[in-house]
Amino acid sequence: MNYTFQFGQAIIHLPYLLGGALLSLQIAFIAFWGGAAMGLFGAFGIVYGRPWLRHIIQGYITFFTNTPAVVQIFFLFYALPEVGLVMSSITAVTLGLMLNSAAYLAEIQRAGFLSVRQSELDAALTLGMNRLQTLRYVIVPHIARAIYPPLSSFFVWLVLGSSIGALYGVEELTGRALNVATSNLRTIEIFLLVALIYIGLTLAASLSLGLVGRHVFRVKGGLLR
Amino acid sequence: MIETLINEIPRFFTASNVSFLAAAAGRTLLLSLAGCLIGGAIGFILVCIRQTRSAWLAPLRVTAIAYTEIFRRIPFLVILFLVLFAIQVVAPTASLFTIALTGVCIVATAFLSEIIRAGFESVHREQIEAAEVMNFSRMQVIFMVMAPQAWKVILPPAFAFMVMFVKDTALASQIGVVELTFTGKILSNRGFSATLTFGVILLLYFALSYPLTRLGRYLEKRLAAPRHR
Repeated sequence: MNYTFQFGQAIIHLPYLLGGALLSLQIAFIAFWGGAAMGLFGAFGIVYGRPWLRHIIQGYITFFTNTPAVVQIFFLFYALPEVGLVMSSITAVTLGLMLNSAAYLAEIQRAGFLSVRQSELDAALTLGMNRLQTLRYVIVPHIARAIYPPLSSFFVWLVLGSSIGALYGVEELTGRALNVATSNLRTIEIFLLVALIYIGLTLAASLSLGLVGRHVFRVKGGLLR
Repeated sequence: MIETLINEIPRFFTASNVSFLAAAAGRTLLLSLAGCLIGGAIGFILVCIRQTRSAWLAPLRVTAIAYTEIFRRIPFLVILFLVLFAIQVVAPTASLFTIALTGVCIVATAFLSEIIRAGFESVHREQIEAAEVMNFSRMQVIFMVMAPQAWKVILPPAFAFMVMFVKDTALASQIGVVELTFTGKILSNRGFSATLTFGVILLLYFALSYPLTRLGRYLEKRLAAPRHR
């Protein structure tokens, strides 16, 4: 029980680590928007598509939500080169997270589509709105308000999830922490600092997303979730 | 490509490899189940602490809230590394499995206590007040009024969390626990095709978590409280 903490050894690497945090955010951002776009098509396909299309999308969602992202990325990174598809580690991690989040985001957006009730559409029709107006003033605000909270908590989850990039040598926050820890051996201090950075990062993300939600989409409830 | 894969299949599914994979799948399942059970128990205690009212227990309440808020915001991988290195100071002889289990418990406690708290909050305020009027103690309110109604709300998201954790334990391969992902790495290092190895590993994970997903969804349908009373 005689371990002397030397946080000075960790603090001097703070700028380097923060640079990694920026990369973590970038990975999460790209994976989120890519996944959201794929998920939107998926949700459309499930709600309005033919049965065969629905089955394919459901199968995709079931498979990707029931297997670990880590192994999916292993597959992209180590198995695809066997068929001649070589990609860099950061591409594999971002692509893996994107494919993974597409499955979750399709589910979230599908639930949002289904939350628009027929009575609301009837009311819009009664008020004499045309299709575009109904979309602009009734459907989109309703869906945005319903799916905004789960989307923003998924983004925060994705920021934390980007830490698996460290397993493939991507130099995001956790990867850089491993680099520093292997060179100066102050592992506990470095990882405590990194944990603090992650807490700060996700708190900032939740708070700003919560504020945007409250003012733009009029989401009710607490700011931190 | 396809022929080499098919030729490799009989070489891959030997008795020793299959039992190796089965043991690894068992370890993955044990890690997540034990972690979730212990985490659920400690999480329940945290929720009970948050239900207390007396002023001198305030520091405990703040600790319980801070714990759930902090540990849900640190990646599991970072927690694993922290436990791996911090435990060398306290108990240098701890096995890798114990270390991974500790990490799982730390995270599961935070997430499950949040799920349990949400379940408890679904119990109507009037019922608690009525119980208090009938001179129930705090613990009696929790065990005789809140818990019997809250467990229906708690169980479905708890199962969803457990599925998430079956998958997250894949990260424990990074500190050297021989669970499914690590087994995949070992087998692919032995020269088996990565497509075949990680394909099988993906299927095994699917076989572990899909029944849990289905069970969770079944419970959700079965236990869903009627909306209109």
